[in-house]
Amino acid sequence: MTPRMIQLSESGVTVEFGDTIDLHTNELVSAFTAAVDQAGIPGLIEVVPAYRSATVYFDALLTDAITIMDNLRALTVNMAVAPSRPSVTHTIPVWYGGTAGPDLAEVAAQAGLTPEDAAALHASVTYRVFMLGFSPGFPYLGTVPSPLAAPRLSTPRKQVAAGSVGIAGTQTGIYPQASPGGWRIIGRTPVLLFSLHRPAPFLLAPGDLVRFVPIDEEEFAELTGDPA
Amino acid sequence: MPVRPPVIHVLHPGLFTTVQDLGRYGYQRFGVSVSGAMDSWALTVGNRLLGNPDRAAGLEITLQGPELLFEQALTIAVTGADLSPTSNGLAIPMWTVFAMKAGSRLQFGERRQGARAYLTVAGGLTGPMTLGSLSTHVRSGLGGPAGRAVKKWDQLPVGPVMRRSAQTSERSMPEAYRPRYVQSPTVRVMQGPQSEHFMDEAFRRLTESSYRVTSESDRMGYRLQGAELPHRASAEIISEAVCCGSLQVPSNRQPILLMADCQPTGGYAKLATMISADRSLAAQLAPGDSLSFRMISAQKASELFRSSRAELDRILPPHRS
Repeated sequence: MTPRMIQLSESGVTVEFGDTIDLHTNELVSAFTAAVDQAGIPGLIEVVPAYRSATVYFDALLTDAITIMDNLRALTVNMAVAPSRPSVTHTIPVWYGGTAGPDLAEVAAQAGLTPEDAAALHASVTYRVFMLGFSPGFPYLGTVPSPLAAPRLSTPRKQVAAGSVGIAGTQTGIYPQASPGGWRIIGRTPVLLFSLHRPAPFLLAPGDLVRFVPIDEEEFAELTGDPA
Repeated sequence: MPVRPPVIHVLHPGLFTTVQDLGRYGYQRFGVSVSGAMDSWALTVGNRLLGNPDRAAGLEITLQGPELLFEQALTIAVTGADLSPTSNGLAIPMWTVFAMKAGSRLQFGERRQGARAYLTVAGGLTGPMTLGSLSTHVRSGLGGPAGRAVKKWDQLPVGPVMRRSAQTSERSMPEAYRPRYVQSPTVRVMQGPQSEHFMDEAFRRLTESSYRVTSESDRMGYRLQGAELPHRASAEIISEAVCCGSLQVPSNRQPILLMADCQPTGGYAKLATMISADRSLAAQLAPGDSLSFRMISAQKASELFRSSRAELDRILPPHRS
């Protein structure tokens, strides 16, 4: 297919690979992002991959939208559709329910499941990082098994704890930092998704794979080094 | 004996004062906002007057200025909004290199024009970089002193001066080139990525009426109020990149003009994009002000981007270091 290119600003061009949220489209986005990262296009600033598009920002003093679009078109023609690198799989422990997951019971009830079965179902699939956004390190993961799909809260919480795992529609995500949030919170991970105190501040990158492993409150406390 | 780097002491923080440079690039794919000075043009002018590189950090001062104590003598420039800066009671000229004496205080007073002033200092504000920038993004706690706005008793360290020659004279931005910030400017926009998601009516209304900057406006974006901008179908799109200047319209049909602290991605249809050359005009607005829009082509927007930068380079050439 020929991707559609649209100018976002004097210094940004968005390249669309489809108009749905699906694995194939997102794999094209990842392959394109990798190709742009490696191409060394003069004046390139950064690429922002999303679900079905990638936006390329450039220095509009060094180059222009027409030139950039020509460069990008050439890249898409020669682009390898196969992933340019093997996907990294991250195993992320999650304490489901309890005070860590105040919305688990409701999500489970709506699916006709016990909270334990709902947690097991959530942890039964491998998720793809479709994109990151909202806040530093926040991954949009897909796709949630359909019984667990749940709309956002009608009134967002003022404060969601760091590490909270939530569901919004068929997406699941993790809040790296404490923040306001409208996703249905079903659990919490002790893993830091974003930390400036390590060489790679961001745990997850677009295109990575994630598996959740249920843990209990005690294991959570051990992993956080919390004496409680 | 090691010489302690000069610091500026914060005696009073003002309404909302943050450390900003030209922004944090390269991490938007991880969900990190660009942030940086709202009026990057005013910050750049201050830095060039002082012989700093464009990317040097300064203070962005919002509506009501701070009170600062200069322990050592330092050379400064105040650009952007005119918030009546004074040093020990004497007026500091705007857009002009000014010598602060050791032990002197910098204060601000009445708001005369604009909303955001920039304090730049020879050597630039310094400190540990966060992901390549000093820019403060309060929402995510990045940059600045401990990821927050400046507060009382903060000590803001100043970097070493690169070129002493540039800062000695009373160098000034020529009057003719100083912007006049008005409370109801017209900014130019180009078509946005989802312009086809809107009724034709939306473009006519956008460009023929005026929009008020509501109280729900901050560094992240301005919620505007005015003629409704109707969509053809849903206001929501599959989330994709947005940028400073994006004019997105949620289902209430009232536009939001995204500004420096906007998230890297968003899920509302974008009708238009404000051009970079007019960003200063929008950055100097406060709640209650209004703005109008004029549509130009993407080609024209690119030409204006280049010509406005070329003009600045001609008046005040950049310093490399």
